[in-house]
Amino acid sequence: MPEIAIQQINKRFGKIQALKDINITVENGEVFGLVGPDGAGKSTLFNILTTLLKPDSGQVEVLGMDVVKDYLQIRQVIGYLPGVFSLYPDLSVQENLSFFATMYKSSILDNMSLIKPIWKQLLPFKDRPAGKLSGGMKQKLALCCALIHKPKLLFLDEPTTGVDPVSRREFWDILKDIQHKGVTVVVSTPYMDEATRCDRIALIQSGEIIKINTPENIISNFKGHLFTMKSNDIFGLMKLMEHFELRCNYYPYGEHFHIAFYDEVEKALPVFESFLQQHEREHGEIKPITPNIEDCFIELIQMK
Amino acid sequence: MQSIVAKDLTKKFGDFTAVNHINFEVEKGEIFGFLGANGAGKTTAIKMMSGLLLPTSGDALIGGYSIKTESKQIKKHIGYMSQRFSLYNDLTVFENMQLFGTVYGIPPKELKQRINDSLADLQLLDQKNALVASIPLGWKQKLAFATAILHRPEIVFLDEPTSGVDPIVRREFWKLIYQAAASGITIFVTTHYMDEAEYCHRISIMSDGCLKLIGTPDELKQQMGVNSIDEVFVKFVNR
Repeated sequence: MPEIAIQQINKRFGKIQALKDINITVENGEVFGLVGPDGAGKSTLFNILTTLLKPDSGQVEVLGMDVVKDYLQIRQVIGYLPGVFSLYPDLSVQENLSFFATMYKSSILDNMSLIKPIWKQLLPFKDRPAGKLSGGMKQKLALCCALIHKPKLLFLDEPTTGVDPVSRREFWDILKDIQHKGVTVVVSTPYMDEATRCDRIALIQSGEIIKINTPENIISNFKGHLFTMKSNDIFGLMKLMEHFELRCNYYPYGEHFHIAFYDEVEKALPVFESFLQQHEREHGEIKPITPNIEDCFIELIQMK
Repeated sequence: MQSIVAKDLTKKFGDFTAVNHINFEVEKGEIFGFLGANGAGKTTAIKMMSGLLLPTSGDALIGGYSIKTESKQIKKHIGYMSQRFSLYNDLTVFENMQLFGTVYGIPPKELKQRINDSLADLQLLDQKNALVASIPLGWKQKLAFATAILHRPEIVFLDEPTSGVDPIVRREFWKLIYQAAASGITIFVTTHYMDEAEYCHRISIMSDGCLKLIGTPDELKQQMGVNSIDEVFVKFVNR
C-alpha cells in the first residue's frame, strides 16, 4: 500500500484552477519532492494532504485513510511544517516543544531520539521566546515541534525558501537523517537544485503536474542536445539569438550560456558556430553537458 | 561617476552591531550584487541606504545625497522592490502604476505615456485593466519592477526580487535588469540564487555585519580558487 495515494483531484478558488487532475502516489520511506515556482499549487496540495482543505473532486488517501472522512485520525499520525512560521512567539523554545508534545499526548523525552541532533543546536536558546530566534533557528524549532509525536509522515512546505545556500544544505542533511529514522517525507521547494536531494519529484506548474519521476530519470529523458559555453556578454547574445533560425532553446545559466538543439546535432552545431563567427561574437569553448533539473524544467515548460 | 559611496557605514542595535564599518562604491549603471547568509546585515544596510534607517556612525552618499542629512532627497532618486509583492492586489495594473507614479510627482500626461510604454515593453498592454490579484506571479514581479523604475530613479534596490519565481521568469526578470542598467540605472540587488550572482557586474559578500569580499564574479572565483560563485559562497561561509 502506498503511503499517499492521490487520485484525480481538482481544486478551484473562484476563477483560479489551483489544482488540475492531480495523480500522485508516495511510497513508504521515500523523500518525495514537489518542485515548482510560487503559485504552482504546492501549498494547496499540502493543505489537502494535511486535511486542512477539501478537494473539489477526486480522492486522497493518506496511510490508507480518507482525507475527508478520516481527517481526525490522519492528524494524529502526520507532522506538518507550514510555509509560514506558526509557533507561539511569546512561549520559550522549550515551552513550544512541550506544548506540541502534550497536544499529541507525548512528552519531549519520549521521542528525543528522533530530534536529538536538531534539539542540541537549540538547547543554548531553550529559554528564549520563539519569536526572538533567528530565521534558521525558528525553522529548526518548527521541525522539532512537527516531529515530537513521531509522525509516520512528515510534510514540509517550502522549508528552505529565502534561506541562504549553506543553511539550505544543512537543512537537507537533517531531512535525510529523518528519512533514515523511518519517516516518509513530502517536501516542497522552488529551488530546482534541491530536487536532486529527493528520491522522486513531481515538477508542478500552474496547478498541473508536468512530470513525476526520479531526478535521474527526468534528466535522462531530456529531449534536446544540450551545450554550454562561456560568454562575457550573455544578455547581448540573447538578443542576437533572436535572429538564429534553427530549432533550439537557449538561456543564460550563471556565467554560462546554455543551448539545446532539437535537430540533428551534427548539423546544428556547425551552423551555430558559424552564426557566432559571422556576428563576431567572442565566446569560450562550446561543450556538451548533462542537463540538470533546471534545464529539464525549462524544456518541459517550453514544450507545453 | 559613483551612484553609491558607503563610508564606514555602521548600525548598532543595543550591543549588537548589525552593520560594521562597511566601505564600498557602486558606479552608475552597474549591476551590484549584495550577498550574504541570513542575518548577515544585508537588510539593515539596504534600509540605511534607502533613507529608512539612520546609521549609528559613518555615512553613505546615494546619488550624491547623504543618508544622514538628505534622506528626503534620496527617496526621490531611488526605486525599491522587495521579495514580498509590493503592489495592491485590488487595484488594476494601470491603477497601481498610476498610484506610484503620482506619489513620485510625475505629471499626469507624461505618466500615462510612461505607463503605456512600460506595459508595451513588458508585453502586458492587454492586461492594463486586469486586477493585479488575477495575474500570474511572474508577471507581478516584472510589473513591480517596472513600477519601481517608473519615476526613472538613479538607483534601484532589489531585495530578493526573484525569490520563488520559476526558472524562465527569473531569466526574463534579469533581462529587464540588464535593460534598466543599460539605460543608466544603477542596480543594487540581493539574491539567494547563486547563478544570478554570476549575472552581476560586481558582487560583495557580507558576513557578521562586515563586507568580507568584493569584486567581479571572475575575480572572486580566482581569489578562492573555485569555479562558481556557489562554491565561493560555500567556501567563504564555512571557513
